[in-house]
Amino acid sequence: MSDASELEQFREETRAWLQENCPKSMRSKILDPTEEVWGGRNAKFKLPDSKLWLERMAAKGWTAPTWPKQYGGGGLSAAEARVLEEELKRIEARSALKSFGLWMLGPVLLEYGNEEQRQRFLPGIIRGETRWCQGYSEPGAGSDLASLATRAELQGDHYLINGQKIWTSHADKADWMFCLVRTNPDGKKHDGISFILIDMQSPGVSVRPIQLISGASPFCETFFEDVRVPKANLVGELNHGWSVAKRLLQHERALISKLRDDAPEEDETLPEMAIRLVNGGEPGPLQDHALRERLAQVEMDFLCNKLTLRRSSESIAAGIGPGPETSMFKLYGTELNKRRKELKVLFMGYQGLGWEGAGYTARELQMTRDWLRSRANSIEGGSSEIQLNIIAKRVLGLPS
Amino acid sequence: MSFVLSEEQLSIQKTARDFARERLNVAAFRRLRDARDAQGFERGVWSELGELGLGAVHLPEAWGGAGLGYAELGLVLQELGRNLAATPLFGSTVLAAAVLREASASQPGLAALGERLAAGEQLVALAHEERPRFAPYAVNTRLERTPSGLKLSGEKALVVEGHVADQLLVVARSSGAMGDRDGLSLVLVDATSAGVTRTRLETVDSRGYARIAFSDVALSEDALLGKLGEGAALLDPALDRATIALCAEMLGGALEVFERTVQYLKERQQFGVAIGSFQALQHRAAQLFCELELSKSIVMEALSAVDEGRADVPLLASVAKARLSDTFLLAASEGIQMHGGVGVTDEYDIGLFYKRARVCELLFGDAAYHRARFATLSGF
Repeated sequence: MSDASELEQFREETRAWLQENCPKSMRSKILDPTEEVWGGRNAKFKLPDSKLWLERMAAKGWTAPTWPKQYGGGGLSAAEARVLEEELKRIEARSALKSFGLWMLGPVLLEYGNEEQRQRFLPGIIRGETRWCQGYSEPGAGSDLASLATRAELQGDHYLINGQKIWTSHADKADWMFCLVRTNPDGKKHDGISFILIDMQSPGVSVRPIQLISGASPFCETFFEDVRVPKANLVGELNHGWSVAKRLLQHERALISKLRDDAPEEDETLPEMAIRLVNGGEPGPLQDHALRERLAQVEMDFLCNKLTLRRSSESIAAGIGPGPETSMFKLYGTELNKRRKELKVLFMGYQGLGWEGAGYTARELQMTRDWLRSRANSIEGGSSEIQLNIIAKRVLGLPS
Repeated sequence: MSFVLSEEQLSIQKTARDFARERLNVAAFRRLRDARDAQGFERGVWSELGELGLGAVHLPEAWGGAGLGYAELGLVLQELGRNLAATPLFGSTVLAAAVLREASASQPGLAALGERLAAGEQLVALAHEERPRFAPYAVNTRLERTPSGLKLSGEKALVVEGHVADQLLVVARSSGAMGDRDGLSLVLVDATSAGVTRTRLETVDSRGYARIAFSDVALSEDALLGKLGEGAALLDPALDRATIALCAEMLGGALEVFERTVQYLKERQQFGVAIGSFQALQHRAAQLFCELELSKSIVMEALSAVDEGRADVPLLASVAKARLSDTFLLAASEGIQMHGGVGVTDEYDIGLFYKRARVCELLFGDAAYHRARFATLSGF
């Protein structure tokens, strides 16, 4: 049988399985972010069907379709995984599991972890039993990540960890952290960093959520006071964690563009919103010409960005790339998102100024908070300036 | 459609790249400019381009073209754009041919002219614009029916390759008022007809344009293309296609000027180091890289949409033209700035790209025009 017909057969089987197993309520875009499933010891399932959906997908290994079967993954080829993705998209199936473990840690463990670590951690990620957070940034090491100072000292069979992490997304909800620590304080700053896995329930770990200008945030500060971490939790070589960290960041940037694709659906397009709010529902040209021009520019840039993402993924599928140009998607995508959120607030006028309480609808308050939250987009995950540095040096080859 | 080039497309791209670098490079353009060449292009090189099969890749085989699509034409135009190549390819084989093709669907008699055009033996120009800024329906040139036939009077402001064209496709008004879409008609006029006066325009980009006046030009009934008063139906789709094709040339120019600038940033030393090590310049170059990547995507998408006969061609034409108008000009002006003093000298090529960018920006509507058109097409 030819590859093509095998793939067609896989498509038919997948379609049938999804028809059978994907609950009806899981076949719609997510409008309410609290319906998302992030797994973990204290997993929350706002809809009972979402638990069922996760269990069924995890049992097939399809939360991690291309990971090896021996760890509970789906063992699919890239072509099969693409078919699965297409079939999921076709029925508008919700993501069964959102997870930094799936998107970021898992690929790195497959590449750099030892067999014991893969067997120990991958199945829990695939089944959504372990929720992970990322311990990278520190108060003194944000964009200059390699300046990190959290110390890990080897003391017999364990490391003793002291220091502080910041901007740790969902640290308050995570079971484990993948973390960069300094294991050699002497020498150059990129050397002497190690990549280690820390159980958040270890004595000495404390977490404090950070409130942003939007009034809430997924971010936390994490403190380590004499935290003992077994030697076996070190991933890759001692003092050579920087290469592991960089690889993980590539996965993260690819993820950020994917997340945008997968973000809770907007119930109204920007032009629809503009007609409703700027024109008072009157169809036809926006009465505010300056806003009309700004909206046109944003909409056109959005389309061009989307096409470029598609072009990049087609090139990857054809065996060209990916390269450091993923920085471009982080940069352009987040800047564009800020422009969109800002326009919404402008469309709302005075109704976009509400913080809480009477006088504003829940939706208005949400859009205003979204706008404030979006200001962090071009800082988190590597600031826009850092992305520009990467493009200049790695893509254009400009000298240091 | 695919964003990844096929083997055949890569081969067309390479042929066009090699030929343009060899025979149609910036030095060749300078020679024509400095000689104040009356034609503005070299007939011999124009023939060679045709012999290589690059002159009419997108035209139907029935006309003697290669029967490929705009995706392939775009590759050729990009390479010409990279070299500021002066040829009548765009004016005649793309722009005028697009109108002729629309018309020939119902007038098979036009095929003979199509063949001569595709072979590059005859040059045809679209005489359309009358206002200083692009306004497709702002046409005052009058076409009247008289007992002895048709009569044409009026003046066209900027006709691409109008100075060398053998035939002119003239957009005229047979009814209605300035600005109306209805009432436009297209007629085919021999450029040497009595009553036609051509003035070669010397523009900043040193390419070929003419102002053309029509004074009671007598035409027979069969000069009419399509139906009287329904010319816009032929004109609109042709303009969208030509606009998209022009964007491909602009993309080539923008990429070339950007690559030259990045190279300069690596070579030019100031304060004892390459200026490309300065973050102020690195960030501007990186920003420009992003704009260019987005430009590549929209140009490829729009060219493919033409080939696929998609309904969103007008929308994509506006997205592409708005973006390329801005990006080409930005790439060229940043190029000048980053080159410093040498960038504003005539001796250095970068300024030639800047001047071409300005002209391309205004042809068929600048970014502001197309943002407004995009908004209208999108219903806001």
